[in-house]
Amino acid sequence: MKRERYFKRPFEAVVAQHGATVLRVVRAVVGHADADDAWSDTFLAALKAYQQLPADANIEAWLVTIAHRKAIDMTRAASRRAIPVADAPDAPARERADAHDLDLDAAVGALPPKQRQAVAYHYLAGLPYAEIAVILDSSVAAARRAAADGIATLRRTYPRIDTPKESS
Amino acid sequence: MTTHDLTAHLPVDPDDLRRLHARLEREAQVDGLLDIAYRTVDSAVGPLLLAATPQGLLRVAFASEGHEVVLEDLAQRISPRMLEAPAPLDAIARQLDEYFTGRRLSFDVALDWSLSHGFRRRVLGRLATDIAYGTYASYAKLARLSGSPRAVRAVGTACATNPIPIVVPCHRVIRSDGTMGSYRGGPTAKRALLDLERPR
Repeated sequence: MKRERYFKRPFEAVVAQHGATVLRVVRAVVGHADADDAWSDTFLAALKAYQQLPADANIEAWLVTIAHRKAIDMTRAASRRAIPVADAPDAPARERADAHDLDLDAAVGALPPKQRQAVAYHYLAGLPYAEIAVILDSSVAAARRAAADGIATLRRTYPRIDTPKESS
Repeated sequence: MTTHDLTAHLPVDPDDLRRLHARLEREAQVDGLLDIAYRTVDSAVGPLLLAATPQGLLRVAFASEGHEVVLEDLAQRISPRMLEAPAPLDAIARQLDEYFTGRRLSFDVALDWSLSHGFRRRVLGRLATDIAYGTYASYAKLARLSGSPRAVRAVGTACATNPIPIVVPCHRVIRSDGTMGSYRGGPTAKRALLDLERPR
């Protein structure tokens, strides 16, 4: 019988440590409306594959890779069932209850997909461009450029981004 | 622009994470991906960690054992696919509460014996069924019941390493001279459990 010599933490610790970051990333990449589904799909898939993950793997990069694939799946599924929804997607009361900045959400959502992904994976997940290049299947230079272009656009469309904000 | 800057502009409400965690608990269970569910309950002998597999209750741990240490040990020995998920442990949590308030004399939950093997498993199985609430057995008597009357020391080890204390009542096993003997949860916890079960 082959026994694993390395040590793996309880999956709960992975959720506790990375749950908020993954939520920020999927909100940026697929938008608030689909973020819960993307987060759930990501952590379910991660739980399923957790035992096969090498113990020295970069867990955050692994989770972001899964989230990236889930987001692509969801975007494809959404375009297949591209029937316009009749009711307004966001009632004003909910926007306030969510306490998130709609202008920033809109600015991030307006970025081209590659830029949005590169910004999320670098500035929200903190991944190096070498990792992001693998996830986006591009060169390191292209990943770096996509993130830089995305941030440059955000500075224009959402100037408050440079206002320091207390982290909450 | 640093990572911290953009992150600060995108706050995450802890309630959202709690809601998503609860959904993950449910979906993981439905999909058969949750190998171990655990939770902590308060009790007369301090906080107890309860852990269960789909087969049944796997582990009860006292605070003195270090709950984090116990969880990491379970991740290694059984499976790291673990979540803090209260629902699968509702029944045993309720029964423990009834036990500690004197309204329950025996437990009725499925047990997962994966952490006990061989003779120890046999000893603890006897203990779980043959030594009733409010009674004692000596290590020697339990050795006889387990079919190995001379294995008194091995019975002591089996009790000392019981993975499911309280529910599998190793606190009811005392020395032949009437003194308490050692206990996984410490002598104070053993005394408290014996006092709780003493007829009034």
